[in-house]
Amino acid sequence: MAILINENTRVMTQGITGKTGQFHTRACIQYASGRNCFVAGVTPGKGGQDFEGTPIYDTVAEARAATGATVSVIYVPPPYAAAAIDEAVDADLDLVICITEGIPVRDMIHTRYRMRDRKTILVGPNCPGVITPDEIKIGIMPGHIHRRGPVGVVSRSGTLTYEAVGQLGEVGLGQSSCVGIGGDPVNGLKHIDVMRMFNEDPQTEAVIMVGEIGGNDEETCARWIKDNMRKPVVGFIAGVTAPPGKRMGHAGAIISGGEGTADAKLEVMEECGIRITRNPSDIGKLARSVLK
Amino acid sequence: MKIHEYQAKELLRHYGVTTPRGHPCFSVDEAVAAGAELGGKVWVVKAQIHAGGRGKGGGVKLARSPGELREHASRILGMQLVTHQTGPEGQKVRRLLIEEGADIRKELYVGMVVDRGSQRVVLMASSEGGMDIEEVAAHTPEKIHKVAIDPAAGLRDQEAADVARRIGIPDVSVQQAVALLHALYKAFMETDASLVEINPLILTGEGKVIALDAKMNFDDNALFRHPDIVALRDLDEEDPAEIEASRHGLSYISLDGNIGCLVNGAGLAMATMDIIKLYGGSPANFLDVGGGATTEKVTEAFKLMLANVNLRAILVNIFGGIMKCDVIATGVVEAARQVRLTVPLVVRLEGTNVDLGKKILADSGLPIISANNMADAAQKVVAAAGGKH
Repeated sequence: MAILINENTRVMTQGITGKTGQFHTRACIQYASGRNCFVAGVTPGKGGQDFEGTPIYDTVAEARAATGATVSVIYVPPPYAAAAIDEAVDADLDLVICITEGIPVRDMIHTRYRMRDRKTILVGPNCPGVITPDEIKIGIMPGHIHRRGPVGVVSRSGTLTYEAVGQLGEVGLGQSSCVGIGGDPVNGLKHIDVMRMFNEDPQTEAVIMVGEIGGNDEETCARWIKDNMRKPVVGFIAGVTAPPGKRMGHAGAIISGGEGTADAKLEVMEECGIRITRNPSDIGKLARSVLK
Repeated sequence: MKIHEYQAKELLRHYGVTTPRGHPCFSVDEAVAAGAELGGKVWVVKAQIHAGGRGKGGGVKLARSPGELREHASRILGMQLVTHQTGPEGQKVRRLLIEEGADIRKELYVGMVVDRGSQRVVLMASSEGGMDIEEVAAHTPEKIHKVAIDPAAGLRDQEAADVARRIGIPDVSVQQAVALLHALYKAFMETDASLVEINPLILTGEGKVIALDAKMNFDDNALFRHPDIVALRDLDEEDPAEIEASRHGLSYISLDGNIGCLVNGAGLAMATMDIIKLYGGSPANFLDVGGGATTEKVTEAFKLMLANVNLRAILVNIFGGIMKCDVIATGVVEAARQVRLTVPLVVRLEGTNVDLGKKILADSGLPIISANNMADAAQKVVAAAGGKH
């Protein structure tokens, strides 16, 4: 078991003919290691062609009808990425993972509004993707640092997630699934949504929750954990030293109006029974310590 | 991206928002001429800097004669205006806005921001205008009224009228306020704003509803479709290091410490600053070099950090995922040679081909201090920078 994706997942790549789409599709196919997970690409106007043997379709609907793919990953450039999500939602896909960084917030407001009564789950945008180690990776994370195991990882940041996963490797722990929910202010799955899934997943025995300054999603998740979570959770929040009013790279990583400070998040998380660390070098050891 | 008050007012006037009449001025003579052109007996001289809190800092003055106008304009233009948002060094005033005086009966507040929770634009309004709205929110949250605006329907007349009444707009003026709120929302959406704030919005003695101040910020990710707004950018208001960084695709924020940080990824970059602090040091900057830590980018990043006179050491922390550690190490060595590093350099690499990367650093002949993990790197760089302080 795992969450969101496994070896039976069938994926189409939206934006497969761009440089980024090509590079990462190749890496993902390689990670799937013979399992036929990446079955289609979508690029308008290039239907009928193929990318190194993977057939390309003009639309998401055609790709789905022809291959049965129900999950998509998006590498489409920012001005067109929200429309690409819309198209996947209209085709009733189960899951859309949007890697694209830099989508205008207004576009995402409209896209999320269109999704409100639809079944499609969105991960991202501006995220590294999702991986279920030794089965499938969908996104841009380095596959080789991951291994199958009992720890679920959910995070708003890319390389900081790799850091946590790398540390898990050092203490001999693998992961059930790792979900990068992305650093944008208006996005799909939040910490709480992924935490619910880990709670129900038999393979997951503990969860690492990595957050950063901005918003209050971590606090919301922490309160839910206090009342509902049956597994230990460890947490780290980046940005204790970040000054207010300055956007730290991610569009969502900003302390504004006195809200979203790392200290406030850590305090709530601790109150809710989450084992926190202020030392980003200790995330792996902390996870080890809660798994007896 | 931020713009000046006078630019925001001009933009909002296009959408039908009523503001006082006024002119931007770049010299004292222009300011006096603007006063004459506006006519009347009372003028307001307003410093134009991007930071808020200008009034308290002495950057907004009422003039009751042309002589007083000249006096205020001379004093404000060129001053280092210090507000709670500028930092202790203040911001130099290079532009003024000269406006006609207004007959203020009530000072109110309206603003719009993107709310992450509801994933909508939220209208916020309060009867407590002219004050720091964060103070109002902290002490009397019941005085702030919010409406999460439906993205399909837009702001509804009924919602706008309700909010107007709640903040104390009298019935005869409600229609004006409704029109103003509609105009604000239209402006917000069409320009891809991230913040619009009218503080204060005033009710005049005659019952007119006027935007006495205006602040607008824009979504950087949407600037590609707004060349007219990009043209309003005032580089004098931005940190030169941050401007230079953005030219090279680096995300950089100046801080007041002495340890430069060069990291890939925003989250890891913040975590690196945090761990430096945890071990008693102080970061000089946030710097996200992005996914492709190429020689060119690392070189530019080194130059940016070295331009800071307070710099005592640099920490490079790269988690090589897609990009291999040997490639990154080669880039770091090349960049360090090009810029002739004058401060100690601690490098922590992790990921693909990490051993090969470390060997390249060791064989370079450069005095690079290699670190094995983030804690090790932080301790080494704090020591190299002269220890805790």
